[in-house]
Amino acid sequence: MMEYGYYPGCSLHGTAKEFDLSIKESFTSLGLGLKEVEDWNCCGASSAHETSEELALALAVRILSQAEKAGQKTIVAPCAACYSRLKMANVEVAHDAGLRKRISHIIGQDYQGNVAVRHVTEIYKENKDRLAASVTKPLAGLKIASYYGCLLARPKAVVDWDDAENPTTMDELVTSLGAQALDWSHKTECCGASFSISRGDIAVRLVGDILGAAKLAGADAIAVACPLCQANLDMRQSAAERRNKTTYKLPIIYISQLIGLAQGKDAKALGLDKHMVGAEKVLEKLSAAPIPHGEKKPVAV
Amino acid sequence: MLQLNAETVHTCRDTIKRLSGEDVSRCFQCGKCTAGCPVAIDMDVTPNQVMRLAQINGRERVLASSTIWLCLSCETCSTRCPADIDIAKVMDTLRKISVAEGYPSPEPAITGFHRLFLASVEKYGRLNELELSIKHNLAIMKPTKDIRLAVGLFSKGKINPFGGKVKDRERVKKIFAESQRFVKVYPESIEREAE
Repeated sequence: MMEYGYYPGCSLHGTAKEFDLSIKESFTSLGLGLKEVEDWNCCGASSAHETSEELALALAVRILSQAEKAGQKTIVAPCAACYSRLKMANVEVAHDAGLRKRISHIIGQDYQGNVAVRHVTEIYKENKDRLAASVTKPLAGLKIASYYGCLLARPKAVVDWDDAENPTTMDELVTSLGAQALDWSHKTECCGASFSISRGDIAVRLVGDILGAAKLAGADAIAVACPLCQANLDMRQSAAERRNKTTYKLPIIYISQLIGLAQGKDAKALGLDKHMVGAEKVLEKLSAAPIPHGEKKPVAV
Repeated sequence: MLQLNAETVHTCRDTIKRLSGEDVSRCFQCGKCTAGCPVAIDMDVTPNQVMRLAQINGRERVLASSTIWLCLSCETCSTRCPADIDIAKVMDTLRKISVAEGYPSPEPAITGFHRLFLASVEKYGRLNELELSIKHNLAIMKPTKDIRLAVGLFSKGKINPFGGKVKDRERVKKIFAESQRFVKVYPESIEREAE
């Protein structure tokens, strides 16, 4: 069995618990293992790199070094912000031996630069044949707007496996699950999650724009692969509805949860009961759709 | 008013180039960065204006602007710039210079949030989401902000009140103590900090 190093980051142990749950569920069905990086720390996110270059690098490199020490060659980072920080740190130290030495001194341990950083959607894409084979309950009739936001589309040095203006990885995954991937306008517009607490007015406006565009395209739900996007689009949805005097009622579902549903897993085991905007309508639509293999069975919430 | 002076006109441009490797003089004002920026409407100086001001040493306007703090680092501008300037990286560098030179933040909620975020990471090695939100709401004197949301998150088991902690917290403290703001040397700010 292929086993990856796993860097959940702070949110997958808190507000994005269901991302963690559903990734593990779906990986088991794909025959892929995950092992957490030993004693990992926060990647520092945008707060560190806006303050100090060395702090941002040192926090990220300590994580990579911990993985290297344990012999982990590839680590999977499901949070788009963590993923971006870790991969960027790799790019920066790879080009500068002096910098790598200085950072190794700060973190008190060596880093040779031998740990690859990958996003969870990349792993799904790479295993698309296995993924298609694991589908037992296709998501027939479901219209999904795949939302990539900023850090799963950019910058090129990090997301070198998809297109910056029109990424398609999640759309391909959604299609392989039997759902309909929608073309829509806001797949790479930033949702402003980093202002969700400090400048809520801006975050709510951006959230409203994105939800409105998905609604216009006829989406039943939005698929995401970043805990910050999920939290912002889900938790600020009611504020965006009040601001724009409308209703969106759009569940924001992790791609790993959609995969788990198509693999026939229980909605609760995938954490679908943990969202602010409930996924009941989506689950009803799925249980009403004819299932090609096996008997028709309603999905429990 | 901005006075152009042959001796200093390139100071800001050169500092940015030295610290980030990005050459703002390549900007020819197409305006694509501003057109695609999700928060340009909230800024006091638009991204293309920042580029122009940086070219002609309008450093005070730029370093005191709300723009550098409202930039979300979403990289839309950097991806689309036809002159291949990493504008998001320039903004990042300008933020660091602004802090180093002691400019007051025109966006205290945002800069305060970053400070509290890092304080949490320095203390535990990981972010305590609950503590960060409470401290932030107290700092902006809106203690009941998002309280209903917090109750909802609690009931769904999405808040870990104790947060995660790193075992080797001594090392985390060392990382914070030893890290410098700039990888490359920035003498102007070091002199000012010494004063």
